[in-house]
Parts: sequence; C-alpha cells; structure tokens
Amino acid sequence: MPDGGAGEDAAASVELVFREERGRLLAALVRRFGDLDLAADATSDAIEAALARWPVDGVPARPGAWLLTTARRKAVDRLRRDKALAARLAILQAEADRTGEAAPSDGDGGLPDERLALFFTCAHPALAAEDRAALTLRCLAGLTTPEVARAFLVPDATMAQRIVRAKNKIRTARIPFRVPAKDELPGRLPGVLQVLYSLFTEGYAASGGPELQRSRLAEEAIRLARVLHRLLPAEREAAGLLALMLLAHARRDARVDAGGRLVLLADQDRARWDRPMIEEGRGLTVRALTGGPPGRYGVQAAINALHDEAATADDTDWPQIVALYDVLLALSPSPVVALNRAVAVAMCEGPEAGLALLDALADDPKLRRHHPYHAARADLLTRLNRPAEAAAAYRTALSLPCTLPERTHLHHRLTTLPNPTPPP
Amino acid sequence: MKYLLLIHAGAVAEDGGAQGCTPEDWMAYDKDVRDAGIFVSGESLADLVTAAAVRVAADGSRTVTDGPFPETREVVGGFYVIDVPDLDQALEWAARCPGAHGGGTVVVRPVADFGA
Repeated sequence: MPDGGAGEDAAASVELVFREERGRLLAALVRRFGDLDLAADATSDAIEAALARWPVDGVPARPGAWLLTTARRKAVDRLRRDKALAARLAILQAEADRTGEAAPSDGDGGLPDERLALFFTCAHPALAAEDRAALTLRCLAGLTTPEVARAFLVPDATMAQRIVRAKNKIRTARIPFRVPAKDELPGRLPGVLQVLYSLFTEGYAASGGPELQRSRLAEEAIRLARVLHRLLPAEREAAGLLALMLLAHARRDARVDAGGRLVLLADQDRARWDRPMIEEGRGLTVRALTGGPPGRYGVQAAINALHDEAATADDTDWPQIVALYDVLLALSPSPVVALNRAVAVAMCEGPEAGLALLDALADDPKLRRHHPYHAARADLLTRLNRPAEAAAAYRTALSLPCTLPERTHLHHRLTTLPNPTPPP
Repeated sequence: MKYLLLIHAGAVAEDGGAQGCTPEDWMAYDKDVRDAGIFVSGESLADLVTAAAVRVAADGSRTVTDGPFPETREVVGGFYVIDVPDLDQALEWAARCPGAHGGGTVVVRPVADFGA
C-alpha cells in the first residue's frame, strides 16, 4: 500500500483507544444480554459506528455513554433479526433478574463497570486452563483472535477453535456472568490471579521462540491486573500480583543487550531499570503485605522489590531473600520455588551449600526438564572449579526447550568454561 | 436448566456405603434437594456386583457380560437430576452432596435441551 497513510494511521490510533473501551463495553453488554457472542458483535458494531461518525460529527461529550447506547441498540437490532436467539436470551434474562444484583459503578463517567464478573467467567474453573487465558485476552484485553494466537504461538485456526470451544461451554453449561459472593471469593479469586500471572510469565519469560520476552503480552497482563486491582482494592493478593508484575517488568530493557543477548540480573545495567515503575511496585508491595497474612504474590513482589532496591548486585539483601523464599515455599510449595531458594542460598552461604540443595532436587521430574535448573547447577559447578561437570550440565540445559537468546547465552557459557585450576 | 449430578463413589466402607458419610448425611442431603424445589429425579444404584453390560455388534449379535468394564475404577453409585439457573449453583449442590466427600467425585453434566 503506497500512500494509504494518514487516514489509516488515524483509524489505527482510534482503534487503540477503543481497545480500552472494548472490554468495558463487552462486559456491560454481557451483563445486559447474557450472551458473549451477541455482546462481542454489538461491541464491534458500536465501535465501527464511532469510527464512521466521530470524524464527521465530532466526538460526543460522553463517549463511553454514546458507545454503550449505540451498542445496546445494535444488540437489540440483532435480536430482532434472530428470533431464536431472542427467545433463548429472554429465558436467561428472566432467570438473571431473579438472582441478579446491581453492578458497582467506579465513578468515572458514571457508567457501571461490569468487567469484574467477566474476569470470573473467563477464569471459571470449569473451563480448560489454557482456554481461560485465551478467553481473558480476547474478552477483557480486547485482543483479536489472531493477536491472541500470536500471544500463545499457535496458529490462528487453533486459537479460533479454542475460543469457540470455551464460549460454547459457557453458553451450554451456563457458566454464569457474576461476581462470586464474598464467602466464595477466597476460592475463586486465585483462579483469576493465576490466569493473569500465567499471561505475564509467558510475556516475561517466554517458554520458546525467538525472543526472550514478549513485552506486549506482559503489558497486557499488567493492564488487566491494574483493572482487577482497581475493581477489588481490598484484595491484597490482587495488589501483590500487580506489584510483582511491575517490579519484574521494570527490568525489561536491561534484560537483553543491544544484540538481543540475555543479560543476567547480576550483570544488568541498573540505570536502565524503570524507576517510576519500581516505585509504584514498592508501594503496592507494602499494601499487599499489610493487614493480614502474606500471600504468594505479595511475597514474590517483596523478593523482586529487594532485587530492584539494590544499588549493585553485591548490595542485594540475600539473607532476606532466602527468608522470603522460605515463606513462599510454605505458602505454595513448588520445585521451581525450591530451585530459586537454592540459588539464593548459594549467594548467601556459597556455591557448595546451593549445590547441595540443587542436588537434593535432582529427582524432581519437572525440574529435570526445566533448563534453568541445569543452568543453575552448571553455574555453581563452574564457581566450584568443576568445569567438566559444569559442561555436562550446560549440555543438558541446551537439550531442553528455551528461547533463542537463552540458548545463545547457555552456549556462550559452555564454550567459555575455564580450564580447571590446578589445586595449590 | 437441568444438570445431572453423577455420583462416583470414593473409598467404600465396610457396610458398603461411601466412606466418611453416614446414611443420615444422605437423607439430610436428599431432603435439602427436595425442599429447595430443584429435584427432578434421582436414584441410588444397587451394588456393582449386580450389574450386567450389553453390547450389540454390527452384525446384530449381542454380548452380555458381568458388570461394567472391569478397568473402570470409579464406580457410579447414584445420580441426581436437578433444575437450577446456572452451573455455579449446580456445582454448589454437587459440593454439598455426601458423594463428593471422602474421596468421591460428583461429575456435573448439563442435560441437553432440544426443546428451546
């Protein structure tokens, strides 16, 4: 396209503004009509109408209200054309009215924010785990199906099928659009947080592919965590999750060098860390850890805060980090947490102590296939002047799935292993 | 909306009932389901050793065997069909069912609706 230029750019930037509105609008329509597909179609209709009308008529005084009114009208139009759908939704609506409660309004623009219910629907435990994350990106982050497919590195058709399958299950099994009652929240909120956490970790530390991190996905996860925290300000783990994401994402620019190579935490240029983001994360960490027992996200945020606060790698408060890993291990025991704790112990008490802990984990089937485990062992073996064993561990790490920058890094470490120093 | 609650027994106690719940638990649950006005149907099944299985091959020949497939470890001990507005409420009733406790599982299946 030679000079499609200005008009398309304007449309693209308006479209970007609407991405924020899309999730909100969709949630409001789902609440009103009880059907995800109808809501999605009407949302698209309304945004299309805005794209056509606003450049001509000017942006209305209350854009959100304009969009909602237009979308509702478009939904009703669609229902008039589809009698069967209308009949089915009428039954749903009657039942929703029987059990319904008013949605909270968050004050900006006076439009009620119904997205909280949609978070819980998309992360419903009756849906397949992989579908929850996809649906959350599609419905709440407003990503298109091809964008969601790219986020998960699967073909568009596969993702389209997955989203259709999830939507069908919501409709057929009648997974409700509702915010769980206060006594159900402790059982249901971790599922929503887990979805956002998995989106973030896939963005932060991709499990495969050419790039070490996929910032766009990490940013979407942060955006959603922000919305969730705003809707549930009293939930400390929602604050902790947002804090954790901000404190890790603040280091994004320093994690790869100009050549796209991986830079380890100890070697990162700390001047390139995002200070305002760190400050925001620290404030949220305090909120996450105040007023009750700590949760897993709050503790992980605190660990990241300790890294971010250290002026140099040598200033890192490793004993405190080990103590926090002990807390985390008690809260949510996992081999990966045990691995991270072992690395922290090595920084505190020396490579020998760390290696002993790592070797005690050698039989864990998950760690066996986890390249960071073998890379950590290799690093400690190098420091213990055992290069032959270190080389074997690097080779094991390289045989496992990882991103291209990680592979390059491991290969570099393997080929630059020192010769064993002769004993004195 | 109708849902089938398929009750898979967990560990079976000496008296043949599911472990960790008494006949009184079942009677109380049954009463709750009926009092809530959501009961459509429900039965408790006789002991597994009384079961027989029938299969008809493509040529019409019939095979009758003793019991269900022997490798099936989870044994259906009974079922309820309830009528509630949505899946969350069906799951809530399933969780209250004594069959979901003591190592048992209650599988919740929406009943297909061809009428609407």
